[in-house]
Amino acid sequence: MAFTKTVAVTGLNAGDNPGPGVAVVRSLRSDPNFQGRVVGLAYDVMDPGLYLPDLLDGALLLPYPSEGRRALFERLAYARDRFGVDVLIPTLDSELPALLGHEEDLAALGIGTFLPTRAQYDVRSKARLAELAADHGIPVPRAEVLVESTPMYTLHERFEFPVVVKGVFYGATVCRTLDEAVGAFHAMAAEWGIPVIVQEYVDGEEFNVCAVGDGLGGILGAVAMKKLVLTKQGKGWAGVTIVDDGLMDLARRTIEALRWRGPCELEVMRSADGFHLLEINPRFPAWCDLTAGAGQNQPLGVARWAAGETPEPLAPYAPGIAFIRVSLDQIVPISALEAISTVGETRAPREKIPTAAVPARPATSPWESLATPTALATPTALAAPFPAPLLPGSDR
Amino acid sequence: MSLAAERLSNLALSPTGFLFDPRTGTTFTVNPTGAAILEVLRDGGGLQDVVDRLADRFATTRADLRRDAMEYVRVLRDHDLLPADFELE
Repeated sequence: MAFTKTVAVTGLNAGDNPGPGVAVVRSLRSDPNFQGRVVGLAYDVMDPGLYLPDLLDGALLLPYPSEGRRALFERLAYARDRFGVDVLIPTLDSELPALLGHEEDLAALGIGTFLPTRAQYDVRSKARLAELAADHGIPVPRAEVLVESTPMYTLHERFEFPVVVKGVFYGATVCRTLDEAVGAFHAMAAEWGIPVIVQEYVDGEEFNVCAVGDGLGGILGAVAMKKLVLTKQGKGWAGVTIVDDGLMDLARRTIEALRWRGPCELEVMRSADGFHLLEINPRFPAWCDLTAGAGQNQPLGVARWAAGETPEPLAPYAPGIAFIRVSLDQIVPISALEAISTVGETRAPREKIPTAAVPARPATSPWESLATPTALATPTALAAPFPAPLLPGSDR
Repeated sequence: MSLAAERLSNLALSPTGFLFDPRTGTTFTVNPTGAAILEVLRDGGGLQDVVDRLADRFATTRADLRRDAMEYVRVLRDHDLLPADFELE
């Protein structure tokens, strides 16, 4: 059945640790039933996804999460009015706290979502993951949640080394000595704040599962992947779909225990004594395009359910489908940065979106267009090689 | 179906010797001799069948072929392509 809605997708950063946005959009566009439009929501003029040919029908800059929910919702209301956004698929961890629990507010704007509840989001956090073991028997490595460094100095009395020191939002360091662990504690606290989590190290092979829960304990889709190539940051640069009953059983039990709603990624380690759940990321992973490539288009499923269609289990997927990421240079005239830099929005040249017209620009060279002041451009912005984004409400 | 038979039947083996284990995501390349042994095992053959197949290809003693077949099965076990307790009989 054709899907004709307009979907807004965030997370268009695509560097060496890419956001999931480009993969979500590519998944949507790969399905012939997708006949809708895609609006990219970015935080930075230099987010590479903004410039990928034929990826987006339009784009908007969003205020950073630190500017608060009100600024975000004003911008989303504008996105609805300007581009006719029907559905929002947020893909970054940092965005979710402002959105969870406010789905009805978004619905009042005319924007559908398919997100977990705040309670589900909180329980899967690194700091509370152990509750899954205690309450539901999910195998999770033993961990301590620390808000000060003093207990670190007696860590060897409670853990065997190595241990894994994790930031509350991001980052994990394997530490083989007490000194390393103390150093990692302070580094994580400085970068991500407290608490810091110390987790038992599980030796084995890492697997990942991209899954979608229905919010009632059921699983609408799940694709398992083994990373084949890792970056220095430990991110998968290549991977292949696999099928393992034990891994899928763990995914089902986890989704059921959390009654998870929406997309997520499970990070799992297989050791000699079976599978262990290391982490749950509350959104699509950057490799989610593999789900579509393997026959189970999870992003399109989430878009449909966010648009109000009745959730039904997705098609099975094929093992042995690989992704191999690539870095490439996108060659664009500097004028390609103009609209997003100055007015904070753009639309694709094919102009699919019938909305109030963006002020027409004369056909000039890229350099001439940059040199032409607009109502919103300021001398400061023009003087910079890459002007900073100018957002509504900004006093710059 | 035994665990060994299930694992062997799930392996994807191309004519060029590219081997993919869909359970672990691991890939291997096997030479024609290795591919021949795997084919016999996947067809449910035992040690005698493997030796018969190899005897068609190599001019050596059956004792050597037996030893080589057993060694290859050990390699398959080490790579988790066969259960740890699998023995070629």
